[in-house]
Amino acid sequence: MDAATWTVVWLTAQLAGLTTVLLLLIGTPLAWWLARTRSPAKPVLAALVTMPLVLPPSVLGFYLLLLMGPHGPVGQLTQWLGLGRLPFTFGGLVVASVIASMPFVVQPLQQAFEAIPERTLEAAATLRAGPLDRFFTVAVPLARPGFVTASVLGFAHTVGEFGVVLMIGGNIPGQTRVLSVALFEHVEAAEFAAAHRLAGGMVAFALVVLVALSLANRAQHADRAAPGAAR
Amino acid sequence: MLAGTLATFCLLVAASAQAGTVTVAVAANFAGPMARIAEGFAAATGHTVKTSAGPTGKFYSQIIQGAPFDLLIAADDATPKKLIADGHAVAGSNFTYAIGVLVLWSAQPAVVDDQGAVLASGRFNKLAVANPKLAPYGAAAMQVIQARSLTDAITPKLVTGESIAQTYQFVFTGNAELGFVALSQVVVPGKPVTGSHWRVPSNLYGEIRQDAVLLKNGAKNPAATALLDYLKSPAAKAVIQSHGYGG
Repeated sequence: MDAATWTVVWLTAQLAGLTTVLLLLIGTPLAWWLARTRSPAKPVLAALVTMPLVLPPSVLGFYLLLLMGPHGPVGQLTQWLGLGRLPFTFGGLVVASVIASMPFVVQPLQQAFEAIPERTLEAAATLRAGPLDRFFTVAVPLARPGFVTASVLGFAHTVGEFGVVLMIGGNIPGQTRVLSVALFEHVEAAEFAAAHRLAGGMVAFALVVLVALSLANRAQHADRAAPGAAR
Repeated sequence: MLAGTLATFCLLVAASAQAGTVTVAVAANFAGPMARIAEGFAAATGHTVKTSAGPTGKFYSQIIQGAPFDLLIAADDATPKKLIADGHAVAGSNFTYAIGVLVLWSAQPAVVDDQGAVLASGRFNKLAVANPKLAPYGAAAMQVIQARSLTDAITPKLVTGESIAQTYQFVFTGNAELGFVALSQVVVPGKPVTGSHWRVPSNLYGEIRQDAVLLKNGAKNPAATALLDYLKSPAAKAVIQSHGYGG
């Protein structure tokens, strides 16, 4: 692998890693709230979180480019904060990826939290566990498979995301040229050997990730089936 | 009675054979003028034109995989030549229908001066160009930067669009203060150009010839050859020039 390819792969890994960590931090409380609330705002917020899943990435990229631009509200905010502008920067890609990959992290977490019976949490409450204690010592361990799925899908989807990063990235080596954009450039320029190396690598990566996820989930089920059978 | 019906039927068949359909792959930068040319062509001949706009490189990949296009109206002259060499287009049918004009453009007024001195001043955040590997306008932009000996100074400020259309988006939204785009993108026929621009002298970059070619798929389609001829007509030329192309 030559130096330029290595830069691209490393940058993509950094982007996906940072995005996944941020999404777990933001997505966990959000998913917990969505799983437990009876608020009338829930359907609206749930729909907003799901939207990146159904919208074409070009829609997302187009609006982000406008919002984060010098005349957009987000762009004016970041300039006022002294952060400069987000398009064409690594930070901008992180913000865009957090939005684009949000449903891939929030939905598995929400499903995992919803699967925890209310009685289990109530039992913990009768043992004088406070809300935070209940969350960290009861809910999080029970939702572990959800966290695994959320992390893997969040990471993998960020690696595979193309439309949004293409539209706001500007293809700058070492800053915004990620795998999917580099691959697109090779294909368009008819550099098929280089394209095969990246594309084949991504296919292998996706396959390995999904098989590993499926094995992890199976192990989890086996774990639960044995001691939890009496429950 | 029967003879009459038969005659009408024959007439209908003859008419439908004359009024054909031509399927055209057109370079994204030429989609606007092509729509107007197609209207004029349809009115003059009764043929129907179906156009797909997109990047020329993508059309090349699709055509060699058997895409059902009759004509390619390309953004360069290399792709039609390559298609002829590959045996996917009719030899000798390629010709230059338009010459691309490069401009340095800003969406803001008074940013770009009429000599392009702003390039050397460094008083801009980003300069957008189309990917020089993929787009002829991008390659031309890099030649201008080299001709002005500004490669080292400008490289850190460079952002690349995957196509000239994306480059235009970057500048239009103000995310890049400057960009090298096609004059045809900033020209609206009959109106002054918005923002500020410098029409790059044509001696600073290699000519951007945009060629059209008859594809093997359309070789026996009279509507396809008719459209190719219509592209050379004064009516089509007038539309092409009003949209900011030389030629």
